[in-house]
Amino acid sequence: MKNSRLLRNIHLGVKTLMLHKLRSLLTMLGVVFGVGSVIAMLAVGEGASREALVQIRKLGSNNIIIDTAKPSDDDASSAGRTRISIYGLKYEDVLRIAECIPSIKRTVPVKIIRKEGRLGSKTLSLRLVGTTPAWFDLVKRPLLAGRALADADLENRANVAVLTEHGARRLLATEETLGAVVKIGGSAFTVIGIIQSDSGNAGGMQTPDRDTDAYIPLTTARERFGDIYTQRSDGSQISELVELHQIITEASSLADVEASAQAIEAMLTRFHKKKSYRLQVPLALLRQAETTKRNFNIVLGSIAGISLLVGGIGIMNIMLASVTERTREIGIRRAIGAKRLQIVAQFLIETVVLSMTGGAIGVGFGVLIPWIITRTAGMPTLVTPLSVIVSLGVSMLVGMVFGIYPALRAARLDPIEALRHE
Amino acid sequence: MSTATLQATRIENITRTYQMGDQAVHALDGVSATFEPGSFWAIMGASGSGKSTLLNILGCLDRPTSGRYLLGGNDTRTQSDDALSDIRLKYLGFIFQSFNLIAQLTVEENIQLPLYYLGWHPDRARQRAGELARRVGLGERLHHRPSELSGGQQQRVAIARALANDPVMLLADEPTGNLDSATGKEIMDMLGDLNAQGKTIIMVTHEPEIANIAKHRIVMRDGRIASAGEGRL
Ligand SMILES: Nc1ncnc2c1ncn2[C@@H]1O[C@H](COP(=O)(O)OP(=O)(O)O)[C@@H](O)[C@H]1O
Ligand SMILES: [Mg+2]
Repeated sequence: MKNSRLLRNIHLGVKTLMLHKLRSLLTMLGVVFGVGSVIAMLAVGEGASREALVQIRKLGSNNIIIDTAKPSDDDASSAGRTRISIYGLKYEDVLRIAECIPSIKRTVPVKIIRKEGRLGSKTLSLRLVGTTPAWFDLVKRPLLAGRALADADLENRANVAVLTEHGARRLLATEETLGAVVKIGGSAFTVIGIIQSDSGNAGGMQTPDRDTDAYIPLTTARERFGDIYTQRSDGSQISELVELHQIITEASSLADVEASAQAIEAMLTRFHKKKSYRLQVPLALLRQAETTKRNFNIVLGSIAGISLLVGGIGIMNIMLASVTERTREIGIRRAIGAKRLQIVAQFLIETVVLSMTGGAIGVGFGVLIPWIITRTAGMPTLVTPLSVIVSLGVSMLVGMVFGIYPALRAARLDPIEALRHE
Repeated sequence: MSTATLQATRIENITRTYQMGDQAVHALDGVSATFEPGSFWAIMGASGSGKSTLLNILGCLDRPTSGRYLLGGNDTRTQSDDALSDIRLKYLGFIFQSFNLIAQLTVEENIQLPLYYLGWHPDRARQRAGELARRVGLGERLHHRPSELSGGQQQRVAIARALANDPVMLLADEPTGNLDSATGKEIMDMLGDLNAQGKTIIMVTHEPEIANIAKHRIVMRDGRIASAGEGRL
């Protein structure tokens, strides 16, 4: 009964608003734009930050990643025409971190060498990653075939390699995968395992993982290829001596991450004359990304608030005009026996119908625009159900807040004067 | 308030004063009368003599400044706005000079309006509206808007609407004032029929021929009753 009254009131509201379609449409435009732009912007922000968060999480929130970075003021010993720069992380750093910082659970050294891989007539530019078995525990990617590197491989400086799925497919094609012998930089490596490729892009962070990675024991890498990399240009030689390109450490718990990072930084500073490394803490990036997103949402919320305020004032303005215009109607309803509250309900519902219709149209735009952005620009967007629900709720609230005054004005009219109104 | 049908409607020494700045306008200045159930009254008098003010008080659209208005045993002066709305909704019907139909509603919807506020089921209300429209000869015009009807037709819709709640008393303020005399006569015949069927009718008019249809009359002068009683005065 009560419910059906509400429905009839809504029906009456819709009917009244349909009498002035253009005016109603123009009135709700503020809410349409407010809701539409907020949902669209939220979707773009959510899409971007969701992607960033996925990338950061992939790096491991417990991890601290130390990259070798070439110092900019590199005044390396230049003996005649041969120059050699020595910088970056050292083998010793791995031991120091593992031994001196108890909150670090795992320490994985990474040495990167670019070499050509060859199998029969096929060649493929490979990124050789010299590392330890712990690397496989760290990345948590499934092994598709064979086995990972083992401690024995390191001890024996075995010529074995684990390939990524994509690399293996391109290099080995239809050949027997495991046990195949690939020539890499003059040495023959036996393929002992295939690991799933990491399809994502690490968002600027150097993880030792590309489609064409080949993982070999660190000891083997050091023995076969050494630490010096030489580049020749214009008759001069530039040599670089880099022991390790990256050390990935994993803290025992999330709570230890920041303190551990500080300890590592302090220790590296003590043992390195020049700062030729860079620390990256995914957790810090994660926090930063979350803060950025929160700030973005606050700004967005303010914009939304202002535009809805403007939209609400527009609605109130029209409703006040409508009350004046319909003074006679109000008088008739009152004379027939409508109570003040029923007049309030009628106008309030009409305003809420107006603002919620605006909100619904706004949601339509807010969903459509990100979809178009994703389709045309390939940008990831995500419309969260929460943003839609909140938008509709806020639209309703706008209708109620800005509708109550005109509705009360209508209800307070004196029936006799209202009936006399021209 | 079912006793309302049995009890006479009585006003006792009613005044209605409007304060215009520092000047008091006595629209009604001590009016007493008794309206028996089933009677038909014409209120006459010069313009500004207080006819509409009296009718509005009788219709519970207004409250007297002093005096008593007894309707079904209740004194309206002490009733809340909601209570007066309820009295109008359940026991009274209004007919206005300017018809006062809601322009954006159809004939059917206009007639249904009191039933909506009475909380009738839409199907029942629609059925009753149809019956009433046929009773005033507009059964074919249910889905027309007021603007598509002649003045006489509009007033007939207004009468149908006033009858929707089956009121105890019909109040009409110059119901023929906006109609030509032939159409006015039709409306008056309709009111006469309704009175014959037992409805109490109180009607304001300044046309003697119209007033002649009513059995009783009150003549107002300067907010007072100049004369009242049965027959032509
Ligand atoms: N709202 C009002 N404010 C001030 N004076 C009013 C108001 N309504 C009516 N009056 C005055 O009361 C007197 C009676 O008015 P009314 O009952 O409308 O007269 P009638 O209907 O007989 O022409 C008139 O003098 C009118 O000016
Ligand atoms: Mg009058």
